[in-house]
Amino acid sequence: MPKIPLKWLEESVDLVPGSTPEDVAAALVKVGLEEEGIEGGGITGPLVIGRVMSLIKEVASNGKTINYCRVDVGEHNDPAGPGHKPDNKEEYPSSKGIVCGAHNFHEGDYVVCILPGGVLPGPFPIGGRKTYGHWSDGMICSSKELGLGEDHDGIIVLASPSGESQVTFPGLVADEDLVPGASAIGLLGLDESTIEINVTPDRGYSFSVRGVAREYSHSTGQTFRDPADVVVTGTVGDGFGVVVEDQAPVRGRVGCDRFVARRLTGFAADAASPTWMKRRLEQAGMRPISLAVDVTNYVMLELGQPLHAYDLAQVSEPIVVRRASAGEKLTTLDDASRTLDAEDLVIADSAGGHGARAVGLAGVMGGAETEVSDATTDILLEAAHFDAVTIARTARRHRLGSEASRRFERGVDTRLQVVAVQRALNLMQEFGGGQIEDVYTDLDQTVAPSQIAMDVAYPSTIVGVEYPADEVVEALEKVGCEVDRDYESLLVTPPTWRPDLDSAITLVEEVARLRGYDNLPSILPVAPPGRGLTHGQKVRRSVARTLAESGLTEVLTYPFMAESRLDDLGIPDEDPRRDWIALANPLSAELPLMRTTMLATLVDAVRVNLGRGEQDVAVYELGRAYQAKNIGVLPTVDPTDGGIAPSEVEALNEALPGQPRRVAGIMAGNRVRAGWNGHATAWGWVDALAAVERIASVAGVELTVTQGSRMPWHPGRGATYWLTDGTFVAHAGELHPKVCETLGLPARSVAFEVVLDPLIRESDGVIAAATPVSQQVLAKEDFAFVVASDVAAGDLVGVVKDAGGDLVEDATVFDVFTGEQVGEGRKSVAINVRLRAADHTLSADEVLGVREAIIAAAAEKFEALLR
Amino acid sequence: MTELSPLDGAAVDAAVTEALEAIAAATTLDELKEARLAHTGDKAALTLANRQIGGLEPADKATAGKNMGKARGRVNQAIAARQGELEAERDARVLVEETVDVTLPVSRELKGARHPLETMQELMADTFVAMGWEVAEGPEMEAEWFNFDALNFDPDHPAREMQDTFFIDPPEAGIVLRTHTSPVQVRAALERRDALVSEGRGIYVVCPGKTFRTDELDATHTPVFHQIEGLAVDKGLTMAHLKGTLDAFARSLFGPDAVTRLRPSFFPFTEPSAEMDLRCFVCGGSDADCRTCSGTGWIEWGGCGMTHPNVLRAAGIDPDEYTAFAFGMGVERTLMFRHGVKDMRDMVEGDIRFSQQFGMEI
Repeated sequence: MPKIPLKWLEESVDLVPGSTPEDVAAALVKVGLEEEGIEGGGITGPLVIGRVMSLIKEVASNGKTINYCRVDVGEHNDPAGPGHKPDNKEEYPSSKGIVCGAHNFHEGDYVVCILPGGVLPGPFPIGGRKTYGHWSDGMICSSKELGLGEDHDGIIVLASPSGESQVTFPGLVADEDLVPGASAIGLLGLDESTIEINVTPDRGYSFSVRGVAREYSHSTGQTFRDPADVVVTGTVGDGFGVVVEDQAPVRGRVGCDRFVARRLTGFAADAASPTWMKRRLEQAGMRPISLAVDVTNYVMLELGQPLHAYDLAQVSEPIVVRRASAGEKLTTLDDASRTLDAEDLVIADSAGGHGARAVGLAGVMGGAETEVSDATTDILLEAAHFDAVTIARTARRHRLGSEASRRFERGVDTRLQVVAVQRALNLMQEFGGGQIEDVYTDLDQTVAPSQIAMDVAYPSTIVGVEYPADEVVEALEKVGCEVDRDYESLLVTPPTWRPDLDSAITLVEEVARLRGYDNLPSILPVAPPGRGLTHGQKVRRSVARTLAESGLTEVLTYPFMAESRLDDLGIPDEDPRRDWIALANPLSAELPLMRTTMLATLVDAVRVNLGRGEQDVAVYELGRAYQAKNIGVLPTVDPTDGGIAPSEVEALNEALPGQPRRVAGIMAGNRVRAGWNGHATAWGWVDALAAVERIASVAGVELTVTQGSRMPWHPGRGATYWLTDGTFVAHAGELHPKVCETLGLPARSVAFEVVLDPLIRESDGVIAAATPVSQQVLAKEDFAFVVASDVAAGDLVGVVKDAGGDLVEDATVFDVFTGEQVGEGRKSVAINVRLRAADHTLSADEVLGVREAIIAAAAEKFEALLR
Repeated sequence: MTELSPLDGAAVDAAVTEALEAIAAATTLDELKEARLAHTGDKAALTLANRQIGGLEPADKATAGKNMGKARGRVNQAIAARQGELEAERDARVLVEETVDVTLPVSRELKGARHPLETMQELMADTFVAMGWEVAEGPEMEAEWFNFDALNFDPDHPAREMQDTFFIDPPEAGIVLRTHTSPVQVRAALERRDALVSEGRGIYVVCPGKTFRTDELDATHTPVFHQIEGLAVDKGLTMAHLKGTLDAFARSLFGPDAVTRLRPSFFPFTEPSAEMDLRCFVCGGSDADCRTCSGTGWIEWGGCGMTHPNVLRAAGIDPDEYTAFAFGMGVERTLMFRHGVKDMRDMVEGDIRFSQQFGMEI
């Protein structure tokens, strides 16, 4: 995101007197430019120019060679005499003693010293201290320490009268300013701050000092001076030959609608860029490279128009702007060889035939072959306007976001090209000499922004604040619009740098943000009476709560899994849980699939807790699992004026993969811990089943249970639950021992997984009818049946209830046992039956009748014998 | 020992006195029982004297009866009173002896808990339900059309790129893991459009739920996270109503003094768009070292704006007749600053100790 040096900003707008960088940032935030950070500043003096009077090299005990320097720091000098302890062995002239470990300087050099009391960015307060057997009053600074860039090794040498040292920033400080003791903060630009701002995608023009200065002016009312007000010399005509031949516009838009090309001849490409320019580039986050490149970057940062300089000698006329041919190769400035796509727009020259050679990826990056070098004498400068979509696609296709592409894909002013070229060539000429070509090329197919009609009251209608007509017009004119007030509605022509202003509603935002949102009234709207939570929402809350109350802890796991997890769970090949959906771009190649069962990821939560020393872990998660046989292309939507049609919504929903809501739990270790008053009780298969029953009960649905389950459950200790109509709902029970072993879960861990959607559907809208509560006397009858071991107790209870008919209030198994008394292959199931009539006390005969009926039915169905 | 005569008033009194002394001297229920047997039992002097009454001269019977009735009454009364006292003492002693140590751990059953991100979403939703809004939901695996096109994202908008969005394989299928809960706004508006148009029933919905973006997990990012979004469509809604709704929401979560502020911003689906900040509820902007707001006095909470006419059009709602506003905030972020959670990873790793700090409600 753009970094704006405040000194640069000040060239285009006066800052409010006395503003701190924070104040400037706050003013920009008010109009929508968020602050990302403030750099620079942070140094307080004394940071002064020093002249090295003497320098003694000493080898320290650690083997390192250091310099003990006496430095003239003018008014900061100690008086002549014996130095500070332990350096008071000889008489020193008026100076200060400083120890320095760098070796790129000599006696007589002008350097930068931070003296005790000063503070370097960090903040690092500087004081006098004893080091290497000397007293050192501060330090001689490097450019890194002062935040002036990482490029230079050693300390800063401002000047070296002896010529023995290399000067770090030639020409940065004028000779007359080299006064020992003078403050270096201003001379080095260390008082300059840079604000980094976050530009939203609709405001491409804020990627420039020009745009930010305009916004600052909007926010504060300070006067804006447009840096694009540059006097253009010369005339449009037969300059360097350029043709645009876009054979395949993207989304109907020609890739290049303006191309300006102008020559500069007799230029010294090896001339140095001025230090102020280099410093501003560095402050803005760009690396200085060469005069020609630095100038193009500088003008881009200032105006927002990307420029490209070619070595004229390497370019064959004419330049052709065209789409690449698929597979065409281009080596870009970053020395990467790129294979182009037929949709990429390229700048080609005519070396080897008309438009035969690609020399740049339009609006993204230039090519290596036509790059300006130190030997360049003639330059061809390009400023073009490229289509945002074409540039955005190319930048993304080649993963090549550049300063140029960032600006083009957000939209560049269509009126800047000639001005930017003039400004850049002026700067190149100023510092590198040469002749600016008088006649230049300007292919201009740009279209002026369309007029937008807007009712003057519209902003008030949307924002809820009264904007007088004059304020509306003034605000729009301020942002650069032309406003025609002669009609019932305003007719507004947006400025060329605001392609985002394309409808009345976008103009509303301009009016609103210029007034500011600070004094927006706060009115709570009154909604019509709502229907409250849906049945499904209520059931899900109840389910979550009942599980938490049963001792389980809710967790949220990522729904991403590996196929191998299905193997870990022992899920067979043809199982529908193998109908997974893959991500096209998973975060991790190890987890490329969406879970088809909640347990696939819930086990990870158990393992995390076990790994952290927890022994008793019971977790649950409400979420979704995803399944599809195969993924087809979704039907296309073609919304008309009436929006998307219900049939289209239905078609989309139909085609989306299944993603039912589920709840699953895994319980391992103990449900009741051992303590001073009792033994531990482990989580068991019954708890998993009980969880499902509780879930069904809070949903108000009765489920039937059948013996047996599927992987990952224990074949003999799993249950399957169904709605009465046979719809599958849940599995529960003990996990398969193999699964526990593979996944590192404690032996006999238990689990359940419930599909909530059918439960919710089943009870939605059902109004339960109350049965009167009988006040008659209760009769209890116990039965101890001996049956074959494989008879399911649930089935036996079912038969008992059926046989007892309406008089049975409830029937529950209260004991089950096997052993010698009942015989091999048989078990005893004891059932308590509660009998009650609605309207009378049961007679002994009635009870006996029911009892006999139950015994008979059990005998008939299961050959049950009463013990 | 000479037999006590029921006619000898002084002797009877003496026997009573003796009995009363014995009763008073009893310090346990057993001693009292002994005293009772000794002075009212079959062989007690007073009992024996009482038996003599039948054999007395008729003229003496009345006197003797009176003497003995009074005497036995006094003794029985004393026994009953002492019995009461001694029983009360015993009961009090037993209760003391039965004292237990209530500081022992009482619950050995595993304690469960809800996940705070879930209870936070419920709390947020309930705030709106109480104002008559409804809670809308939609699929997590969503059609690109709902996730982007319907929300006025240009087909070449950078957010559609693979860098941010999880695409289902094959990518040309047009299915994504929703990158925000905003597609639910469109679905909810479509479902309620008829009631809006024919009954004038404004649409007021919040959409909490899970969302996905291709961010690596670190202290402040997670690829799977939660949002809550709100949408209101009605006649005459303005940004002032948006501000009023946000203020009410802020007050419900952060107390009666909560204040929000809006800053201009950009989202494809709103125009004008704004970022929403919450006045720091910890320091109120008075502490330059505040850890909750980093000393800025404001906490970035979410984005909002007036729903773009193109979004309303996609849902078949005439933007010339109705206006709408929308807002959205991150549930994780809200949990982090409301409860001082320092690291996003705590919320997603499934460590039960994290959830258990919050219990059943938040």
